[in-house]
Amino acid sequence: MDSRRRGDRIFAGLSRAAGLTIMLALAGVFVFLAVEGIPGISQPAHNYAPKDGFWPYVGSLLFGTVLAAVIALVIAVPFSIGVALFIAFYAPRRIAAPVAYVIDLLAAVPSVIFGLWGAFTLARHLTPIYQWLYEHASWIPFFAGPPSATGRTMLTAGIVLAIMILPIITAISREIFAQTPRLHREAAMALGATRWEMVRLTVFPYARSGIVSAVMLGLGRALGETMAVAIVLSASPLVTLNLISTDNPATIASNIATSFAEATPEKLHVLIATGLALFALTFVVNFTARAIVGRAERRFSA
Amino acid sequence: MTTTIERPPAPETWQSLSLTQAKLPRWAPALVGVLALAAGALLAVLLGWGIVAAVVLAGLVHVVALPGWSLVVENRRAATDRLMTALVWGCFAAAMVPLVWLLYIVVDEGLDGITLDFLTNDSHNPLAPDVGIAHALVGTLLVTLIAAVISVPIGIMSAIFLVEYGKKSRLARAITFLVDVMTGIPSIVAGLFALSLFVLILGPAIRFGFGGSVALSLLMIPIVVRSTEEMLRLVPDDLREASYALGVPKWRTIVKVVLPTALGGIITGVTLATARVIGETAPLLVVCGATNTMNLNPFSGRMMTLPVYIFYSFTQPGVVPRSAPPGTDPPGIARAWAASLVLIVLVLLLNLVARVIGRVFAVPTK
Repeated sequence: MDSRRRGDRIFAGLSRAAGLTIMLALAGVFVFLAVEGIPGISQPAHNYAPKDGFWPYVGSLLFGTVLAAVIALVIAVPFSIGVALFIAFYAPRRIAAPVAYVIDLLAAVPSVIFGLWGAFTLARHLTPIYQWLYEHASWIPFFAGPPSATGRTMLTAGIVLAIMILPIITAISREIFAQTPRLHREAAMALGATRWEMVRLTVFPYARSGIVSAVMLGLGRALGETMAVAIVLSASPLVTLNLISTDNPATIASNIATSFAEATPEKLHVLIATGLALFALTFVVNFTARAIVGRAERRFSA
Repeated sequence: MTTTIERPPAPETWQSLSLTQAKLPRWAPALVGVLALAAGALLAVLLGWGIVAAVVLAGLVHVVALPGWSLVVENRRAATDRLMTALVWGCFAAAMVPLVWLLYIVVDEGLDGITLDFLTNDSHNPLAPDVGIAHALVGTLLVTLIAAVISVPIGIMSAIFLVEYGKKSRLARAITFLVDVMTGIPSIVAGLFALSLFVLILGPAIRFGFGGSVALSLLMIPIVVRSTEEMLRLVPDDLREASYALGVPKWRTIVKVVLPTALGGIITGVTLATARVIGETAPLLVVCGATNTMNLNPFSGRMMTLPVYIFYSFTQPGVVPRSAPPGTDPPGIARAWAASLVLIVLVLLLNLVARVIGRVFAVPTK
């Protein structure tokens, strides 16, 4: 074997090894979390305070996680799609690229700073709104109140999360919108469609699955976001739909971050077990999202 | 002989027989916008409303008035179009608000706290007046640097495998898919993974900087792979084929032709990935722990990082001095803002550098 082929072999082997490392790392995440986390399911009961067992404990945390993520999605999705449409079709050509860049910049802001801003600035400005909601809409269980005086509530956390997931939903939707066949769009315009009709008749049908997966990826982000929620909420594992009071359900991630510092080894197992649950949840969400994108890509390339 | 044929006087109906429908003038949206803003401003002055309320009201007026006018002059479809256009612009404006607001607040609150002492001292005596963030700054740079050292070779080699060797093989497809899934791993899970790994090896009390780097590289690798992959795909096949035609082996083609061509884009991607993980808090909180003193050894002892410093300054802000006027925030809050300013400048700087590099070394696609 001459030296040239040996060089090729080595290089190919190295690159394949790097690829396999990634697979190993992902498997490792699962294995190590399982090894350290599974003992956390059956620890002495005081580790699950205020609940009495692992499943109620993780259940109430899951509730908080999903609740925060759903609020974030409800707020973020319309805005993200609007911004994506703006960048793709509505913005004057000259400012479209800078706008896209600025939105991406929003994704670069560290989450801990979002948390600080949310807890101090945003929360204070939202208190009058919460007061108003309590006075006029307390018949809706979400606004049963009494409103928190600091404004650091589930709804504030949801709004901060919405701002944080807006860039990813926007970025993916924008890419999908831009892939709409040019001829479809021009045909619609040539038939006299207004710009909105063009979007509704050619872009949305084409981009539907892409938007769904963008939303799911945003959901994955919102489920796993830690610091913003940990800073904004002073939370405990409880189940309530009340979004504007001082009693707020914790999310899995924020609960880990806030109870981590004083955790005993037993409690650490419990926290890692909840982390495993979070990993499983986000894995399923991301997996589904990517599968939808993959299927759509195959459909359109065929 | 000239005859002048007199044109018959245009009948009245001609004007209404125009081939195009009545349309609002081009400047209609701008006019309505200005009027709506004026209405909002007027109310703000008369009723003492805040700026926010006035702007929101102006937006509502615009969204109602323009389609209304269009409905009267044009038709239903055009009115819908104008409504949606106004809403889309509104979404964009609303999305800009938090970014501008946040940047303004961070600069406004943080600027006072930035002094030379703050940047060059550590906090080994947290009660001293001249505590600083040097230990956290150094910690952040060290942890991120090591994370980059781990992720960049693995990320770039994997991308090379995907683009140059794997092509459409099943392994390559699986890796692409897993990389996609990996971008969605919550950062705290990455932290818990690193913690579990090192707790198993080194015992339950282990907290050190290197663990944080491992956690961060788990978050960084997928970003590096994706951006490198994209750049490698941009390299024209002509270049590769020309190189093969000269008898150059494949690996030398990759090292000497493909990588240099894509270098600018790869560096941009790596810089952006660094910017993305340098602000990560959760994994470092879990694995690196917190300390008040400078620690230059990533393999032993707790290591402070900027995001974690911000978090603890916020959650344990210390006590307000007796002499301070009532209503003063505890000292930790001001430090958290100042440290946030440093962190955000760091992130924006990395983003800027990435952009400049991307511009300078853009891959020639033609």
